[in-house]
Amino acid sequence: MEIQKQFVALETIVVKEVRRFSRIWIQTLLPPAITVALYFVIFGNLVGSRIGEMGGFDYMKFIVPGLIMMSVITNSYSNVVSSFFSTKYQRSIEELLVSPTPNYIILIGYVLGGVARGLSVGFIVTCMSLGFAELHIHNWLVMISIVFLTSVVFSLAGFINAVFAKSFDDISIVPTFILTPLTYLGGIFYSLKMLPEFWYNVSLANPIVYMVNGFRYGILGVTDVSLWLTYGMIFLFIVVFYSWALFLLNRGAGIRS
Amino acid sequence: MTAALIVKDLHKVYKGGFQALKGISFEVQQGDFMALLGPNGAGKSTTIGIVSSLVNKTSGTVEIMGVDIDKDFSLAKKSVGVVPQEFNFNQFEKVIDIVRTQAGFFGIEKVQAEERAEKYLKLLSLWDKKDEVSRNLSGGMKRRLMIARAMVHEPELLILDEPTAGVDIELRRSMWGFLVELNKQGTTIILTTHYLEEAEQLCRNIAIINDGEIVENTDMKSLLRKLDSETFVLDVANELTELPLVEGVVLRLIDSHTLEVDLKKDQSLNPVFQQLGLNSVDVKSMRNKTNRLEELFVGIVEGAADK
Repeated sequence: MEIQKQFVALETIVVKEVRRFSRIWIQTLLPPAITVALYFVIFGNLVGSRIGEMGGFDYMKFIVPGLIMMSVITNSYSNVVSSFFSTKYQRSIEELLVSPTPNYIILIGYVLGGVARGLSVGFIVTCMSLGFAELHIHNWLVMISIVFLTSVVFSLAGFINAVFAKSFDDISIVPTFILTPLTYLGGIFYSLKMLPEFWYNVSLANPIVYMVNGFRYGILGVTDVSLWLTYGMIFLFIVVFYSWALFLLNRGAGIRS
Repeated sequence: MTAALIVKDLHKVYKGGFQALKGISFEVQQGDFMALLGPNGAGKSTTIGIVSSLVNKTSGTVEIMGVDIDKDFSLAKKSVGVVPQEFNFNQFEKVIDIVRTQAGFFGIEKVQAEERAEKYLKLLSLWDKKDEVSRNLSGGMKRRLMIARAMVHEPELLILDEPTAGVDIELRRSMWGFLVELNKQGTTIILTTHYLEEAEQLCRNIAIINDGEIVENTDMKSLLRKLDSETFVLDVANELTELPLVEGVVLRLIDSHTLEVDLKKDQSLNPVFQQLGLNSVDVKSMRNKTNRLEELFVGIVEGAADK
């Protein structure tokens, strides 16, 4: 397939994905906005006012980057896992499989769809946070690159989950039992420096810690971990997940008999 | 001229060991209208799945328009349009979006995709439903939608897996007309169907697959010539109380106004009518008891099973 046509195919997949999550905005865009608004009100405003400062900032300001990141992570993941699994379930994936669209275009298309939803929700949550805290962006480049690349990582992870999933239960196991605990323990609500040494070291094994802190650095200019380690970790995950997902697609795992 | 499809020694063993295809080989020439027939589970859909890349083959070769799928499946896929047996589109998308999106997957630019979508939705009488969510369509409309979707990249080879299953006779006939016209314009068509009347009317060549093997592969006329005898049903005007005397053929009285006559391939119907006339039996109409292809098909498949 010529490059020009590959681009048309890629655009088609991305538009289809954006159209899908926009059509069901009550299920995709509204719930994270409401959930995060509750976090802002309860943890940020009511509880946070009694906590005082964290990492040198008001507690509300401290948790904003983490909450934005949490929304981006969960929405990027869940967009791809539910969309790709649904196409498998309804067998509409066959529309793509019978076409000359290369597998890497299929993968990138779905990932960009996940990124589009993740960033859309991130944007909504950011706008809402402005009603609760005044934000001065410390480093735009770091902020945008970290949120984009993190969204790519979790979109790829969602894709891999969808390839292996055989039922709707299978697409909720990873978000419920792995993603949510890692996100909550990823330094959204607290600074790692508060932790005893043992738990500090354990937390460093959680990749989400790096992403949340990298993003927090972009907005507030503070981080508990090295920024270079953050980028290194994100790129490593992208390379591993992309290669794995493409390998599965090329083998036809879960989609070809 | 390059064959539209060449299948050689194709094997498929599914996980668990079920051998769906046991080395089938056949060719479909460009411009042909071919029937691929067989009982349920014979291997038709597996064959179509392999040609359209939905099923991985175990061994063998497949060439589509001269392109080996092992060498460049992407190029080969451009020449193929597939209408599967099951509905496999997003039930929540609009009709027009489904067709336009499929065009996009084939790299067709937006303007041309719009034109093609309009052309095929109009040809298949779905244009007035273009903004309807696909799950709201009737079964027949959904089948036509899948044909429009398969045609949007204007493939040289169109494969239809039971396209008229569950479709009423009026719609079926209009689909036949569409397919015949498409074939006249040069599109090679492979059709699987359980309606053997459909295969007999539309197809020039036929391959019968049974238990993963090709048991017959010839042109329709040659196959029909193999029929040793035919049974005709005669509707008579006058009321019959006993079987009229007709020599040289087997005649049965089915009811007071219906006779059945078995005729060998080399026998003529004229003596039958003459003798019935002498018996004052007034024949109003006549028809084949069963479709000729159906009789052959059953014989071939049962014969293969007995081996």
